[in-house]
Amino acid sequence: MEKAVMVIGGGVAGIQASLDLADKGLIVHLVEKTPSIGGRMAQLDKTFPTNDCSICILAPKMADCFSHPNTNVITYSEVIGVEGSVGNFKVKVLKKARYVDESKCTGCGECLEKCPSKVVNDWEMGLTTRKAIYIPFMQAVPRVMTIDKEHCLKLTKDKCGNCMKACKRGAINYEMKDQVLEVEVAAIIVATGFDVWDPTPSTEYGYGRYPNVFTAMEYERMINAAGPTHGHIQRRSDKERPRKMAFIQCVGSRNPQVGHPYCCAVCCMHATKESMLAREHYDDIESTIFYKDMRACSKGFYEYVERAKRDYGVRYINSDATVQENADKHNPIVVYDVGGRQQSEEFDLVVLATTLVPKKETAELAKLLGLKVDEFGFLESSDRILGPGRTVKPGIYLAGYAAGPADIPESVAQGSSAAAKAVEAIAQAGG
Amino acid sequence: MIHMAETKVNESEKPRIGVFVCSCGSNIGGFVDVPSVADYAKTLPDVVYATQNMYTCAEDGLSNIREAIRKHNLNRVIVASCTPRTHAPLFQATCESAGLNKYLFTFVNIREHCSWVHMKEKDLATKKSKDLIRMGVARARLLKPQEEAKVEVEPVGLVIGGGVSGMTAAASLADMGFPVHLVEREGDLGGFVKILNNLYVTEKSAAETIKPLIEKVTAHKNITLHLNSSVKSVEGFIGNYEVGIAPKGGEEKKYKVGTIVVATGALEFVPEGLYGYNQYPNVVTLTEFEILCRKKTLPKLKSVAFIQCVGSRGQKMSYCSRICCNVAIKNAINIADNYEDMLGVMEKQGTLVDKIPVEKKATEEILERRRRRRGRGTEGEGDAEEVKLGPSEKIEVTVFNRDVMAYGVEHELTYNKAREKRVKFNRYTLDHLPKVFMEDNQLKVTYFHETLKLERTMPVDMVVLSTPLVAQPDAGDLSKMLKVPLGQEGFFLEAHVKLRPVDFATDGIYVAGTCKGPADITEAVTQGAAAASRAATPMAKGYVQAEALSSVVDETKCTGCGTCIEVCPYGALRKNEKGIAEVIVAACKGCGCCGATCPEGAITMTNYTDAQLLAEAKAALQEEV
Ligand SMILES: Cc1cc2nc3c(=O)[nH]c(=O)nc-3n(C[C@H](O)[C@H](O)[C@H](O)COP(=O)(O)OP(=O)(O)OC[C@H]3O[C@@H](n4cnc5c(N)ncnc54)[C@H](O)[C@@H]3O)c2cc1C
Ligand SMILES: Cc1cc2nc3c(=O)[nH]c(=O)nc-3n(C[C@H](O)[C@H](O)[C@H](O)COP(=O)(O)OP(=O)(O)OC[C@H]3O[C@@H](n4cnc5c(N)ncnc54)[C@H](O)[C@@H]3O)c2cc1C
Ligand code: SF4
Ligand code: SF4
Ligand code: SF4
Ligand code: SF4
Ligand code: SF4
Repeated sequence: MEKAVMVIGGGVAGIQASLDLADKGLIVHLVEKTPSIGGRMAQLDKTFPTNDCSICILAPKMADCFSHPNTNVITYSEVIGVEGSVGNFKVKVLKKARYVDESKCTGCGECLEKCPSKVVNDWEMGLTTRKAIYIPFMQAVPRVMTIDKEHCLKLTKDKCGNCMKACKRGAINYEMKDQVLEVEVAAIIVATGFDVWDPTPSTEYGYGRYPNVFTAMEYERMINAAGPTHGHIQRRSDKERPRKMAFIQCVGSRNPQVGHPYCCAVCCMHATKESMLAREHYDDIESTIFYKDMRACSKGFYEYVERAKRDYGVRYINSDATVQENADKHNPIVVYDVGGRQQSEEFDLVVLATTLVPKKETAELAKLLGLKVDEFGFLESSDRILGPGRTVKPGIYLAGYAAGPADIPESVAQGSSAAAKAVEAIAQAGG
Repeated sequence: MIHMAETKVNESEKPRIGVFVCSCGSNIGGFVDVPSVADYAKTLPDVVYATQNMYTCAEDGLSNIREAIRKHNLNRVIVASCTPRTHAPLFQATCESAGLNKYLFTFVNIREHCSWVHMKEKDLATKKSKDLIRMGVARARLLKPQEEAKVEVEPVGLVIGGGVSGMTAAASLADMGFPVHLVEREGDLGGFVKILNNLYVTEKSAAETIKPLIEKVTAHKNITLHLNSSVKSVEGFIGNYEVGIAPKGGEEKKYKVGTIVVATGALEFVPEGLYGYNQYPNVVTLTEFEILCRKKTLPKLKSVAFIQCVGSRGQKMSYCSRICCNVAIKNAINIADNYEDMLGVMEKQGTLVDKIPVEKKATEEILERRRRRRGRGTEGEGDAEEVKLGPSEKIEVTVFNRDVMAYGVEHELTYNKAREKRVKFNRYTLDHLPKVFMEDNQLKVTYFHETLKLERTMPVDMVVLSTPLVAQPDAGDLSKMLKVPLGQEGFFLEAHVKLRPVDFATDGIYVAGTCKGPADITEAVTQGAAAASRAATPMAKGYVQAEALSSVVDETKCTGCGTCIEVCPYGALRKNEKGIAEVIVAACKGCGCCGATCPEGAITMTNYTDAQLLAEAKAALQEEV
């Protein structure tokens, strides 16, 4: 087989699909929108139900995927046009200028120190800042810098130029232009993942209003040793560490009012994990999880929740919950309901399990590729029961959270499954 | 001069070591005195060349390595820089491109192990860098070049189990162009799904839904079907298995296959002794209820209660069975919507047959299932009192549950739909389990009302027990034959729950579907296709590259005790004709378990020999003189 496949999205699903294809001798063009592959899993601290360090198990896969002789990993890029059909797709890829020569940059970081422009760090969920020239995280692949052109003083105001002076390898190139690549592939796999919904509009949770209310993704960064607080759980108001924490589930999900009647399928478990990790960081932290149904229903998950109760003292309360604040100390107060009676309890810090939503751009990409999305923006399989991951377009397949809520093992299995489908199509076409 | 552990090195291949110390920009250079480390390296035995690079991994650093190998006739290369995880392949390839066997390369990590962890102690970080390099040199002197054996892979697959996951795996491999043997012990394909009524989300008939897949698999030119058959023996290793397949009562025939997918499914738990099952009429399992619906043999009902988690989540089994909540919701909606359509003929005609308990009028299929599972006949059963039923206009459905596992998009929407149809969901806790009993000829359920804090009793006409999927009782036989593990609950255990969900630790064998743990059809077929992808990889390549760092058995020391065979997690050891342990190099991962366990010290690991490790350890303890 000497055919090529394009994988769009370099999260764990896309990485798995790429590796499965490349190992079979196919050429893989992996298109990733951000400067690094890895996706959401790279941001997580540990992973349920084994509490493995997320980046530690992902980084070797990222490295394999990048250095595989059969892969061409195109980061900081997007698909902007597709023509043709199974066996002969012609894909246009916009490779955005990163103003750093990937072949010269070694990721040494000399330039960072000299860059005067500070920018909110999205990758750290806004909990810290980064420079205008940046590498999203330590284990980024490829380990090269990117200049954020919106915030670079040289590119916006023709001032500074410090990074060019600092870089001994001559990797900086302010003249770099966006490029359009044309790639021919026999099949395409879409694995564009998810986004975290911003719970500010659901005012009953006080996010954005009360400083000590966090989203789960913020919390994942906060407890990560490489994160903005070096693994220390800190209240926004006074940088004190909490002793009493509350986790509120289904924030925005299972809620038709905000347009997400569905269940995200991973948050019950990640809250359980996060409460266990809190206890591992400080053994006097007490966590309470307010939930609707504890959806711990994959292999080992129920046992995991039982372990959280038994060994980590996590308290589970079956109730909807909203948040108020004791303004004196900025202590959030959780209001809930047990057996029809309203109750309230003060906490030091609240973590919200917010809805996970498909990436906004996935809908545009779907249009470009001729795929269908459901009313929430998840990519749709054409055969719901026996052909998950197949689409209305022969030769285009789906994997991971973009096709509906899925945790890491499911995303990985779907990545391999999509790879199988691509190989089937190529073999059937006589490839 | 520094004294190294004594070693005998053949003069003709006297080590000529080159050491490349990397600054990694300021990553190492900022916290370790790199020039002094490079100078120190020059003083170590057999080091003929040492230098420092700003970025060893950048092209100029790599060409420096290549040139030095040629110019100084180096036969060992050490890079002291970052992590082998990401950079070993690069430096090994560089050595090879200059004609040096890649196993003569040694990595020393002075970034993660020195500069990053000792940022505030430059002197100590520098000293530790020197220590690590001294150890690396001690080891490098004793390295031997290694070859990676290539083992051919028979491009034929074997799939065990003809349910949806096995059929999907077989069809996928066949569509990729590989011949496949599909072994199913029953007389027809389809597995558990054959007996189901309709499927959730689509609400279409189960049999109709899987018919195209069965037809495809049956007709596929690349698939050899072995129905009514089972796998009797498995010999060999990845790429080269010899499996014996025999039809029921027939003779075993041998086939050569390269990779194997296990997809043997699961059964439903039989709730003997729970909630009046097998004690009162009209208490059935969820599976039996599906059969009644499919056969259109429901008796007249006014009120049905589903009890969830019967035998699961810490009651008999520790786990949640994932599917039963959504299956119960599906059935609840079914009877709310299509109840009339599922009634038995007699009921439809309005005769009095509705008083006969399910056991008496149950279809032969259910009786046969119960008999088989219990291993005894039905004599003496079903003599319970008749059920009194009133004429029913509207049917009342209550689901007693602990948590409703309507995960994801579609299940949650279906759950909402069920509630709109007035299906009642009552939560119970382990402190207050519902009770099923007969009173005045009427089946009743008592439950605890959490809001009112009161016990309530309701009459019901039928109780449906949602029992979990349980492992095949004979999964252990297959597990032993294939040398792959089962988890605590008897389901097959994958290599890594997160990142290798359909692999076994042993290369060449893969797993899919409910034999691995509860899953619905969509999930089972995803795993089936995923397992096909994994199984196809070595077959598409045509060979597997064996790990060069493997174990070696010293035949003169081995007593054939077999301990190593027991401990090898990858099934990479067997006994040869002489009764002596033999390494299957293609399967060995070089983990070293066998070497550590062998009571005779008969096993060594290539390039991790005692001599090499001791030399490294001794070098660690030596101080500079
Ligand atoms: C707080 C939290 C904790 C979690 N904890 C766990 C856990 O412990 N265990 C577990 O199993 N799961 C956990 N999950 C779920 C897990 O993150 C997902 O299952 C997993 O990341 C899905 O992988 P993916 O590859 O489908 O998507 P993603 O990880 O989202 O990756 C998608 C990739 O595609 C790229 N992309 C997007 N759009 C485009 C485009 N148009 N063009 C090119 N590239 C594009 C993105 O930049 C990204 O790199 C957690 C989730 C959250 C929110
Ligand atoms: C009551 C009930 C209702 C359900 N309803 C739905 C639904 O509506 N929608 C849905 O998606 N899922 C549903 N499911 C789940 C569905 O049945 C499973 O997901 C599906 O059967 C899994 O397929 P499988 O191929 O993994 O295993 P199985 O279907 O169990 O197939 C395994 C096959 O392997 C064979 N086998 C076993 N051991 C051996 C051996 N040693 N050698 C050879 N062959 C062997 C068996 O005979 C069988 O044919 C339901 C399950 C139950 C219990
Ligand atoms: S751009 Fe230059 S200075 Fe910055 S990390 Fe890359 S090589 Fe180092
Ligand atoms: S997984 Fe749990 S928290 Fe998340 S939406 Fe579903 S029920 Fe709510
Ligand atoms: S009934 Fe629901 S909660 Fe209970 S084991 Fe089954 S899926 Fe899990
Ligand atoms: S453990 Fe040692 S002695 Fe026993 S069979 Fe294995 S190699 Fe031989
Ligand atoms: S080294 Fe590990 S994999 Fe190899 S034979 Fe020994 S125990 Fe098995």
